[in-house]
Amino acid sequence: MEIFLQQLINGVTLGSIYGLIAIGYTMVFGIIGMVNFAHGDVFMLSAFIALLLLLLLTQGFGVAEGPAFVVVLFASMALTALWNFVIERVAYRRLRGSFRLAPLISAIGMSTFLANFVTVTQGPNNKSIPPFLDKVIAITSGGAYDVTLSYKQILIVAVTAALLAAFWYVVQKTPLGRAQRACEQDAKMAALLGVDVDRTIALTFVIGAALAAVAGSLFLLHYGVVKSSDGFVPGVKAFTAAVLGGIGSLPGAVLGGMAIGLIETMWGQYFSSDYKDVAAFSILAVTLIFMPSGLLGRPDVEKV
Amino acid sequence: MLSAAASPFSRALKESALATLIVAGLAFPIIAFRADPDFNNLLELSARWPLFLAFCALGFGLRFLLSLWESRPKAALALAQATTGKQRKWLAPAALAALVAYPLLILALLGPQAALKWVDTFGVQILLYVLLGWGLNITVGLAGLLDLGYVAFYAVGAYGYALLAPLTGLSFWALLPVCGLLAAFWGFCIGFPVLRLRGDYLAIVTLAFGEMLRIVAVNWDAVTKGEAGLYGFPGLTFFGLPFIPGPRGFAAHFGVAFAGVHKLIFLYYLVLAIALLANFVSIRLRRLPLGRAWEALREDEIACRALGLDTAKIKLTAFALGAFFAGVAGCLFALRQGFVSPSSFTFTESATILAIVVLGGGGSQFGVAMAAALIVGSSELLRELTFLKAIFGENFDPTQYRMLLVGIAMVAMMNFRPRGLVSMRQPTITLGPEPEARS
Amino acid sequence: MTGFAWIDDPLLRVDRVTMRFGGLTAVNDVSFSVGRGDITALIGPNGAGKTTLFNCLTGFYKPTVGRIAFSPKGGLDDDRIDELTATARRNSNDGGEDLYLLERMADFEIAKKARIARTFQNIRLFSGMSALENLIVAQHIALTPASGYGVFGLIGLPSYRRAESEAVERAKKWLERIGLRRRADDPAGALPYGDQRRLEIARAMCANPALLCLDEPAAGLNANESHGLATLLREIRGESGVSILLIEHDMAVVMAISDHVVVLDYGQKIADGSPLEVRENPAVIAAYLGVEDEELGPAEAELTAETKP
Repeated sequence: MEIFLQQLINGVTLGSIYGLIAIGYTMVFGIIGMVNFAHGDVFMLSAFIALLLLLLLTQGFGVAEGPAFVVVLFASMALTALWNFVIERVAYRRLRGSFRLAPLISAIGMSTFLANFVTVTQGPNNKSIPPFLDKVIAITSGGAYDVTLSYKQILIVAVTAALLAAFWYVVQKTPLGRAQRACEQDAKMAALLGVDVDRTIALTFVIGAALAAVAGSLFLLHYGVVKSSDGFVPGVKAFTAAVLGGIGSLPGAVLGGMAIGLIETMWGQYFSSDYKDVAAFSILAVTLIFMPSGLLGRPDVEKV
Repeated sequence: MLSAAASPFSRALKESALATLIVAGLAFPIIAFRADPDFNNLLELSARWPLFLAFCALGFGLRFLLSLWESRPKAALALAQATTGKQRKWLAPAALAALVAYPLLILALLGPQAALKWVDTFGVQILLYVLLGWGLNITVGLAGLLDLGYVAFYAVGAYGYALLAPLTGLSFWALLPVCGLLAAFWGFCIGFPVLRLRGDYLAIVTLAFGEMLRIVAVNWDAVTKGEAGLYGFPGLTFFGLPFIPGPRGFAAHFGVAFAGVHKLIFLYYLVLAIALLANFVSIRLRRLPLGRAWEALREDEIACRALGLDTAKIKLTAFALGAFFAGVAGCLFALRQGFVSPSSFTFTESATILAIVVLGGGGSQFGVAMAAALIVGSSELLRELTFLKAIFGENFDPTQYRMLLVGIAMVAMMNFRPRGLVSMRQPTITLGPEPEARS
Repeated sequence: MTGFAWIDDPLLRVDRVTMRFGGLTAVNDVSFSVGRGDITALIGPNGAGKTTLFNCLTGFYKPTVGRIAFSPKGGLDDDRIDELTATARRNSNDGGEDLYLLERMADFEIAKKARIARTFQNIRLFSGMSALENLIVAQHIALTPASGYGVFGLIGLPSYRRAESEAVERAKKWLERIGLRRRADDPAGALPYGDQRRLEIARAMCANPALLCLDEPAAGLNANESHGLATLLREIRGESGVSILLIEHDMAVVMAISDHVVVLDYGQKIADGSPLEVRENPAVIAAYLGVEDEELGPAEAELTAETKP
């Protein structure tokens, strides 16, 4: 029971990170119907940006780790957003309305570029930072196994929840959100009605990247280590989360993220940690084959 | 007129300034600093401001030139539209002759010891990628099915040979088609449920299957020996004659001095023959109803169904045939390498083969072969250039730069020639110009 | 004998078909027949459910309720349809002619077995392939057995070469017919819009259909081209005896060539008869063109403008 509770906590923490990345996939898919294959690598890049900034602040300027992390969080959001803005401009904008596989192939190219760009500039090895913020709260004690809740985990879940609330507000209540939903429905019509489609799509990429950057910083905080190949597997898992939740649906992305986080930790605990990635990949395949609209998505009717 | 001459220049300057700012933002932490562990295994930052400034300057310069280029007088446009050269008739025979002569020429020029690397790395390895490229080209280039798990079928072939050869005692001649069929069978099984998915979902699901297969290979120690991989399985023989020193070997039988390169030369011709067979099959099939149906499927699936084409079956054939060639290539890979481990079958490998097909301009057999030679050969060639290590440091690994450039090239190709596969396409059948009306 | 093929000799019978998408009823309880050798026009204002009905006929949608019976040689017989409906089978050929229940068949089977070919509102050519190749792909069903499912063709047997050259001849005939012989080797996507429309019709005809379904073949054509299209369709019907079902907005084309007109509005059939009857039907005029008196004047003028010469 204690172990289950502990894994539940761990799963929700991991799920928060997946959920944040999944939103980036789901938003881009919703608005331009494309699987942004490079999104996982944008996440990895953001973790590297966070790592470098954190080292710069703590080593170079002697800032304490706590405040430094807050600054890093926002700075890496801004820088990653800039990256994704440029990526959209360079790799995807011209391809709207091109032949159907072009955006995906371009995204695969971009993903390959980003992963190797970081490898070339930062080296292929693990980069680990000394742990900080590692206080824990004991939830149960005295038993055979003590369930703990670390400050980190609280922070991760709290930041995720706060961001989601803010994000939800943006999409539901602001003109940007309206423009976004209009483009989702019918980009041509939205353009005719005076919505700046290019700008809306660019902003979608920027927001997606900012959320991925939060996930990147939290990932770094949680694991304390990152390497240049870390974009691929978390990227695929977050995409799985988006698909499971119903691609195009924001609550679905978060729900899917939680589900994948929990399944992964539980699978690792009770079955086999060797095959925990197989669990995620099988869910991806099974969901796409048998219920492509996911848990909360809308079914789409083939247009003839 | 004066203001018109001045304005593009100042506009270019403005745009370049903005571009420099953006590049600076992108490059700021990731290029300006590098984190490396020190002796206590703590990360330490080192600043690289010259590199950072070089990037900014590069951003400025490129944007400046681009701005000027964009504002050039429009008359220049017509000139820029260079005509593409026609397919030369002599190209294919000449290329074939060069390929056949290559290993013997190398052997004659460099002697058996030095030739080893050239026949292996630049010969067999590149040809294997050509074979893989031509195989994937059937699935991606012709039928338009984006298969991101292609390497899984390659792995099936390699593991198939490594496991079956000791088990059954069959020669590689018998196992070569078996490996191909095994991979095709896997393609069939995976394809059956996934081929009704829309294009990008199909890509992701094949990726998932490919990764799953690799994870199983890593963890199923009892059969695959995990990360350590399989080795010690029977190698290549020349119609029963092993390539070993001593009286029963190939060298002794033919009365020549033993050299390791003999085996590689034989393997080279073997791979070449199979690659040519794959080429022949693809070219031939393109002119048959099946191949035309593949291409029609790539163009418009709904129209295919309206014409009575059973799209599920047609997709399955393309998928399985592509997998077949990957399986054969996998078997040859096992023969070349002498050991098989999961690290040879990562997603990067799939991405590389996909890049070969995409950059080769899809559909075009010659383009795919050229792209394979370029992508695989160039980085190996760079590895040979030791002076680069002096410039870039001891850890310089050209393969990293290779994938970096391949990524950029894929993005560029999609931006500028997204339908490279079709725009250079030769029709599979022509009527030619209308004959003059007879009087 | 009524003199109307859709009553005397129907080859397609749409029987109380309803198609719903979620809460939206796009086609509501529609029944009509198509006569063998007729040109039948399906008309109605935008959003009346014409294309949806087309997609039901050709298997791209499964109708929510209803039955669609088809017999390539005509002479549909109600007793046989009921008999087949009672079984779980999709087709029968006992008692003479082939009979199909289209709502039980997949889209490609309808094209392949029942021999119904169609075109699309937004042209769906294989745009990267040449015009000639488009017409050869359309003959896939006939060519595949001749190619030994790929095997004979691969080793280059003469039987396949013969079959292929026949296919090429047929394609050439159609290219000449639509005036595209000169551009046979150009990618279909590079052809002008009007040529693409005609090429798509030729492609459908190369599949040797019993029923040709055209979704707005005159859309986007100028008056001259529309006129040419009407002539082409009449000629095609005259020569090959194929039955044609078309959706069309261009009243001039509809009135000029159709033998039978079915009118839909808001998913329901509001009129069905000869062009003459339909043109004078007040419900059609009201529904199709709006009820305001000011609009009725020019509308009637448009409907009566083009009478058969």
